[in-house]
Amino acid sequence: MNAIDIPWLLELVIAVFLLFGAVVALVGSWGLAKLPDLFMRLHGPTKASTLGVGCTLIGSLLYFSHQQGGVSIQEALVTMFLFATAPVSAHMMAKAALRRHLKCVTRTRNPPSP
Amino acid sequence: MSRQFWLPRPLFSLFLALLWLLLNRFTVAHLLLGLVLGVVIPFVTHPFWPERSRIKRPGRVLRYVLLLLVDIFWSNLIVAVRILRPERHLQPGFFRYPLELDDEFAITILASTISLTPGTVSAHYDAEAHTLLVHALHLEDEAATIAGIKQRYEQPLKDILR
Repeated sequence: MNAIDIPWLLELVIAVFLLFGAVVALVGSWGLAKLPDLFMRLHGPTKASTLGVGCTLIGSLLYFSHQQGGVSIQEALVTMFLFATAPVSAHMMAKAALRRHLKCVTRTRNPPSP
Repeated sequence: MSRQFWLPRPLFSLFLALLWLLLNRFTVAHLLLGLVLGVVIPFVTHPFWPERSRIKRPGRVLRYVLLLLVDIFWSNLIVAVRILRPERHLQPGFFRYPLELDDEFAITILASTISLTPGTVSAHYDAEAHTLLVHALHLEDEAATIAGIKQRYEQPLKDILR
């Protein structure tokens, strides 16, 4: 399928969304690699990556809506699923970490008592 | 067998079937598969569902979702900046959030909201003490954080369900 020409303004908006999403997702992954304990590492994927993937999907939604003439609803659904499931998985991981009494960095305020 | 047994949530079944069709191309095969999924999934998961919640003010749901989207955007930026700054500037901490909501579904929504928004992840729901244990990436003022969540998210949720 040949790509239909896109007006430059729309192309710019799509590019901004894709790039911004990629940068935010990169920062989230960087946090995952850098932060010292599991609880702090959880913040990277639940937030930064959610926004990163969300922006990428908005870019994709705009592109395919234009190409196929009509709102491409699949990306919107993927975004919805992502927002609904990311906090649940983060919650389950945090719960598992609490159960196993994983160490958190010493300067953590009110660490949960074992 | 009664309808209550086979179709405990007819609207949810319809929603699932439509969702399946939206995710796939419309064909008769997908329509049938969607309908089967719409019957099987509620049937299997029904015992795990909490009591039915009643949404009293649907107009406020939209407002809450919009507020949430804007807040997700900003809190993500804040978290991204905090990750990039040197780690010694971070003051992680746990705090207990006293819940006022009674409805299980609303508590789930609130816990998800906390996880998605202001630099916090909900870690544990204590049913006896009726609190959520929350971990914050950067905890400066515990009381202010709790008051912020209460006013910004819990109060609108109470209004929706009241």
